[in-house]
Amino acid sequence: MADEVILLDFWPSPFGLRARISLAEKGVEYEYKDEDLSNKSPLLLKSNPIHKKIPVLIHNGKSICESLVIVQYINEVWKDKPLMPEDPYERAQARFWADFVDKKLYDCGTRIWRSKGEAQDAAKKEFIDCLKLLEGELGDKPFYGGKNLGYVDVVLVPFACWFYTYETDGNFSIENECPKIIAWVKRCMEKESVSKALPDPHKVYELVGFLKKKHGVE
Amino acid sequence: MAMGGVVKLLGTWTSPYAMRPSIALNLKSVQYEFLQDPYGSNRSLLHEYNPVYKKIPVLIHNQRPICESMVIIQYIEDVWPTGPSLFPIDPYDRAIARFWTAYIDDKLFPSLTGVGRGEPGAIEQAVTVFRHLEENFEKCSKGKSFFNGDTIGLLDIALGCFLPWTRATESILGMKLFDPAKMPHLEGWAERFCADDAVKKVMPSTEKMVEYGKMLHAKYNPAPN
Repeated sequence: MADEVILLDFWPSPFGLRARISLAEKGVEYEYKDEDLSNKSPLLLKSNPIHKKIPVLIHNGKSICESLVIVQYINEVWKDKPLMPEDPYERAQARFWADFVDKKLYDCGTRIWRSKGEAQDAAKKEFIDCLKLLEGELGDKPFYGGKNLGYVDVVLVPFACWFYTYETDGNFSIENECPKIIAWVKRCMEKESVSKALPDPHKVYELVGFLKKKHGVE
Repeated sequence: MAMGGVVKLLGTWTSPYAMRPSIALNLKSVQYEFLQDPYGSNRSLLHEYNPVYKKIPVLIHNQRPICESMVIIQYIEDVWPTGPSLFPIDPYDRAIARFWTAYIDDKLFPSLTGVGRGEPGAIEQAVTVFRHLEENFEKCSKGKSFFNGDTIGLLDIALGCFLPWTRATESILGMKLFDPAKMPHLEGWAERFCADDAVKKVMPSTEKMVEYGKMLHAKYNPAPN
């Protein structure tokens, strides 16, 4: 019996992109549904009644919510091209850093484009500090997963399409501060699962400009 | 061989997060040394082993640190797969357990802190968390004793570690966050959870938590002269 896989998502969401990249890595066919977040579909509200947020993966009628939970689920159900290392200690490190990205990066990145002055400077510093820690963790490996994309790569790389927004609004260069991260992004973009999924950073920037006007952030 | 070796856990007896790996290690019958005073005499150890957050708990296995309570629990399951499984077998059931665990971490800790500080809406938020778990108990447990089934697992541990703090708060404030009359499933589950040997060894009594809570309150709210 063929699997029915649906992904409820929003095109620039770094959280949704995690699911899209994982599914692509595993070669899973799925139906992509883009949500209008100002007018959420009944399916989204029914599938994620607690948070009412994307992404939601619906596999044979069962909903899985929260991007890290979704990526782990995808990895456990479709066992080809495992995203997690074999060794338990390395797995723990991968989980730790994925959790770190989840806790820190979105929050300070968002504060970069939503704030000005001192608050923005503080957000930029925090953001760079996070990326520097992540550079340290990458070391000399081509990917966090080693020779291929792994859990941390999938969790982190979606933010790359937001870098242009952060840099332009924050007036700084991520490449100057964290060249290894940019080099790693370029390697990730050589993978089809990433290059086909990530939206054009300029389109993300346009959307943020629109959102800022809508919410009166200048 | 992954399972052998020296196991140490850096934590405090009051921390719900430190209780989590303690319970998991006890369930797996793994011997470990509990290192206390992470912000005092063991401060340099804490900074060395958790430079990113400088927080407990930290599991130290063969001198290698693992940080973040839920990462530690998953590590414990990976290294000591014998004994009761801390995770459901089915990937969907595992996803549900992980979802609710993330929800508890996101909502329950800040709401209990908020209740302690008298923040508006904190009580309602804490009650909402318990209510959602009450409503989902049957679906997760499939009629068995714990969220994880026959034996304690990830979600039981994630929620259960907050029982001492919840009960102490209820005692100090003279109210119920988790009313047995309205939440019979959670009430039954809590009794069974607290009665388990793996939990009894490390769960502080409500009385001790009340004393601790009063001490903290006095420390941060000194009486005016």
